[in-house]
Amino acid sequence: MSAKRIFIKGNEAIAHGALDAGCRCYFGYPITPQNDIPEMLSSAMPAAGGEFVQAESEVASANMLLGAAACGVRAMTTSSSPGVSLMQEAISYMAGSDLPGVVVNMNRGGPGLGDIGPSQGDYFQSVKGGGHGDYRTLVLAPGSCQECYDLTFEAFDLAFKYRNPVLILGDAIVGQMKEPVARREALPIDPAEGGDWKLTGRGQRAPRILKSLFLEDGALAGQNIRLRDKYAAMAAEVRYEAFETADAELVVVAYGSIGRIVKSTVRALRAEGLKVGLLRPVTLFPFPEAALRDLAGQGKRFLTIEHNLGQMVDDVRLAVRGLADSEFFGFLPGNMPTPEDFDAPVRAAVKGA
Amino acid sequence: MSEQLVFTRPEVLADVATHYCPGCQHGVVHRIVAECLEGYGLVEKTIAVSSIGCSVFLYNYILVDTVEAPHGRAPAVATGVKRARTDAFVFTYQGDGDLASIGMAEIMHAANRGERISVIFVNNTVYGMTGGQMAPTTMVGQKTTTCPGGRCLEREGGPIHMSEIIATLGGVAYCARTAVNTIKNIAQTKRAIRRAFETQIKGEGFGFVEVLATCPTNWRMSSVAANERVGKEMIPEFPLGVFKDAAKEE
Ligand SMILES: Cc1ncc(C[n+]2csc(CCOP(=O)(O)OP(=O)(O)O)c2C)c(N)n1
Ligand code: SF4
Repeated sequence: MSAKRIFIKGNEAIAHGALDAGCRCYFGYPITPQNDIPEMLSSAMPAAGGEFVQAESEVASANMLLGAAACGVRAMTTSSSPGVSLMQEAISYMAGSDLPGVVVNMNRGGPGLGDIGPSQGDYFQSVKGGGHGDYRTLVLAPGSCQECYDLTFEAFDLAFKYRNPVLILGDAIVGQMKEPVARREALPIDPAEGGDWKLTGRGQRAPRILKSLFLEDGALAGQNIRLRDKYAAMAAEVRYEAFETADAELVVVAYGSIGRIVKSTVRALRAEGLKVGLLRPVTLFPFPEAALRDLAGQGKRFLTIEHNLGQMVDDVRLAVRGLADSEFFGFLPGNMPTPEDFDAPVRAAVKGA
Repeated sequence: MSEQLVFTRPEVLADVATHYCPGCQHGVVHRIVAECLEGYGLVEKTIAVSSIGCSVFLYNYILVDTVEAPHGRAPAVATGVKRARTDAFVFTYQGDGDLASIGMAEIMHAANRGERISVIFVNNTVYGMTGGQMAPTTMVGQKTTTCPGGRCLEREGGPIHMSEIIATLGGVAYCARTAVNTIKNIAQTKRAIRRAFETQIKGEGFGFVEVLATCPTNWRMSSVAANERVGKEMIPEFPLGVFKDAAKEE
């Protein structure tokens, strides 16, 4: 298929990104605000020669992902907050078994059943773990429909590069809005992908075992060290957008949809001559801590804005510790903010100090 | 006088001592599974899904490509495997705690979808690995470490009969309950597992074999007494037989 621009929702961009990246197994369970993804893939995936299963639960869909991943096939599941909580068991097992898979969370409001509106309340769950054990997942946070497409497209490469689950953390804003999206050339399916670890049926070779149980003396320690090294290597994947940070006195740190909205606020205040910039992390793990520390070293001040009570702000403070602190402004879930909603807090922070 | 070897180990079965307790029948079931894999020439294209419980180490004994599933989720993992690799032969091996407790939803829905997989379900009416706690299949009156006075119908409900339940589901091609307490029943178990494998090979649907087996350690019995319990107590509660066979219904 030739590359072209299409006008689609963020959710649909995720589905297209997955298809174009060669994803051929999709497992999911309905939950608002991400139903466009399974609805689209229910017909598009079989049409592309792949498999679509509406699972009986998110527990099952994530475990189906685990099974498909063990076969070295590009596979994905998508959900929203309560559903992603149910997937944490399989995500931990996939991390423990070195299995690649893509999990999308279109974050809604919580805790509990919360509401179906946009929120960033799942930052801790995505970035700090969520499941049990000493593990990490790569976390990508799209701020536009184009990024929904691009980051999903690239998530599969990252998952296989590191043999690790990759999380895409969006929200109801980026999932439901429509924008033009440039599609890439669809990747051909690579039957050799997964190489020497994937399960194919052993044929004439020795059997392969994919597991997360390590009982022999020192075996788990060995696995944990391998995993630690893998997570350290992921630092190479750090991505962020720096907007007007060079001469800024105040750098606002915000990600995803909120980062996008804050950018408009920053632009408006810049027009008035206020020295403000934006740093928008695109990877939440690995976190762009070196970039933040660098800005702190230049004497800049920080304001973290999130759509929650304050989660990423902890990581911002860790990144700049010893050099600076970060103020925090939390826009509460249940509503969708506009650039004007951030005007007063950003204005106050620029003038403060 | 020259000797002739008439009974050999299937090649796909590892030549090692198992970790199972003396008198445990997981080993017998492993052997039958291994014989059926070889009998149908499936070894090279098999992907096994091992579960939680004493049999988690299936992959140490049956030498095929294997992925380990979280507790109870083997049928969902096997669904993912089979969907990703439709040409593979896929089976799960699960205990009663694994399949009938945490994994109840996964087994019911994989069966109902008619996933082209085979499920070997070893029912020893107790949680073996964790030290003999009550299972969904524990019999009324049976003592376990979490029902020390014996399972009480009013308090804990009675044992779940999985084969009877699975047989009612549309996607199931074959469902049988067998035991491995006598030579005759061992032969019957092999026939049942062969038929379950055949339904997958022919694409007929989901195959399920429940095998009644011993756990002498957690039953606090000798191997011999445990084997006798299967015949005297378990089979009357869990009748043997074929509960569904799509081929026979046509
Ligand atoms: C989520 C989760 N809960 C509990 C356990 C602990 N656990 C390990 S094995 C087992 C029971 C296994 O019993 P069964 O399936 O009957 O197998 P058996 O050991 O008797 O062969 C339990 C509860 C676990 N591993 N994971
Ligand atoms: S505890 Fe029971 S099921 Fe486990 S190996 Fe021993 S006898 Fe077998």
